[in-house]
Amino acid sequence: MRNFKAILKRELKSYFESPVAYVFIVIFLLATTGCTFFISRFFENRTATLEPFFVWHPWLYLFLVPAVGMRLWSEERKSGTIELLFTLPVTMGQALAGKFIAAWLFLGIALLMTFPMVLTVAYLGSPDYGIIFASYLGSFLLAGGFLSVTCLFSAMSKNQVISFVLSVVACFAMLMLGVGVFTDLLNRFFPVWLSETISAFSFFTHFQGFQRGLIDSRDLVFFVSIICFMLAANAVVLERKKSE
Amino acid sequence: MIAVQSLSRHFGSIKAVDDISFSVNKGEILGFLGPNGAGKSTTMKMITTFLAPTSGTATVDGFDILEQPLEVRSRIGYLPESSPSYKDMNVFDFLMFAAEVRGFDGDERLKKVKDIMETCNLKEVAYQQIDTLSKGYRQRVGFAQAFLHDPDYLILDEPTDGLDPNQKQEVRNLIKRMGQEKCIILSTHILEEVEAVCTRAIIIGEGKIVADGSPEELRSKSQLHGAITLDVAGANLESAIAELEKVQGVDRVEKLIAQDSQKDNNDKKDEDNELARLRIFPMCGKSIAHDVANFVHSKKWVVDGFTVEKGDLNEVFYNLTKGGAKQ
Repeated sequence: MRNFKAILKRELKSYFESPVAYVFIVIFLLATTGCTFFISRFFENRTATLEPFFVWHPWLYLFLVPAVGMRLWSEERKSGTIELLFTLPVTMGQALAGKFIAAWLFLGIALLMTFPMVLTVAYLGSPDYGIIFASYLGSFLLAGGFLSVTCLFSAMSKNQVISFVLSVVACFAMLMLGVGVFTDLLNRFFPVWLSETISAFSFFTHFQGFQRGLIDSRDLVFFVSIICFMLAANAVVLERKKSE
Repeated sequence: MIAVQSLSRHFGSIKAVDDISFSVNKGEILGFLGPNGAGKSTTMKMITTFLAPTSGTATVDGFDILEQPLEVRSRIGYLPESSPSYKDMNVFDFLMFAAEVRGFDGDERLKKVKDIMETCNLKEVAYQQIDTLSKGYRQRVGFAQAFLHDPDYLILDEPTDGLDPNQKQEVRNLIKRMGQEKCIILSTHILEEVEAVCTRAIIIGEGKIVADGSPEELRSKSQLHGAITLDVAGANLESAIAELEKVQGVDRVEKLIAQDSQKDNNDKKDEDNELARLRIFPMCGKSIAHDVANFVHSKKWVVDGFTVEKGDLNEVFYNLTKGGAKQ
């Protein structure tokens, strides 16, 4: 536990000691609110809901989460600090969890900074706070899902750009699995049961439940197990690649 | 004690480390010698549990590197090659992190970090980002991290690489001081370093141990070991060589340089004033210094220099790692 905390603290601190954190938070806030007001036309909807705000999250996370997570392991491998880390009395699990949770917390902090949006709808009308809470939870879990995919690809390459591109592609695939056009395509090649199983893995469908205000245990289990699975795969990749 | 038992590591078809066994006790400073790519770093990475061996194992203080890697890691201080560290952190934060992971809390942690910064002369750069430090300071940060928890076992991969001569000397003194009660393995390709610091040296070539012994023992494998270099003036060279070769125990005599002592007035050649450097090689294992000295004395030659060669580690190194490969 102490090692996990030490790694988490170090990792989180390193975000805020470099300009990365500030650039990311500013871009994230500009993009989320910008999309809400200028593309979704928040005011013209004349409804006290944050739906036009949350609907953008999957698409923004698609690029922003890989940007945050790409360095997690590729930088360690490139600078050789991975050799230092794994010759300290630290287990693979502690290192993986520490780094992942730190990046996830960082994304959470950025997400929390969108609170003026909540104040805005509260001022303009009387929104359903249950839906808003569920949507925030869903958004946070979605970010975690994307981050776990990014972690895995970050371990695969020493080059951060390659990690970033691969992560974006993988995240895009995970998102699109459940989107109409894509499921139609799957239906053409696979039997229905298979294509439905595949699209059941979509981040998109599982996020939609939260947006409607439903905290479904199946969606919770889905995101948690995706994260665990990706981190387990991450451990395997890292074990093989760490000394290269 | 560090005991390595038939450790191997293959990368594809390349045998980076091929069935190496040795053991090191406390109070020993073992120098790992070998050309680049001989398998020094790979062996060290396996002992520090970073790299899994293809076969074989090692124990550190009785703990197996495969079965109890965390126990091994907590007993070792390791300086990886080119001493990597988190470059976006400052020195103090980095050492505090290392101390925390090493299991120190609160005041003890702060004390450990302060002490080690004192020992490694890092105080003046404590709050500087590691990125901005010079190579020498960065190396010291690596040392500080490795010595922080006062481990009984130190594994140092090219500890003096990239340092200036003064810093090298500093580091060597530090290692020597620590070596009295610790068990240290260091790798290097600087031969003087082995002679200056190590109590024992292992030469590795192509993943195998080709020699193991004290620096003196290794040097004695040199052809030059026990040979005498003699600067004489005033002798008739050709006959001198012939006579020297008859001295008991002498194998052969080589003429290294021969020149006229009075080069400035080289118009007239004075045979009697010839200055020569001779190298007298003993027969295998014989000590000839005494006999040669007596002989020279009896001839009343003017001797400018008389050196008993200890042997050249460079030559041994070359023959074992390169000469051996050719055969």
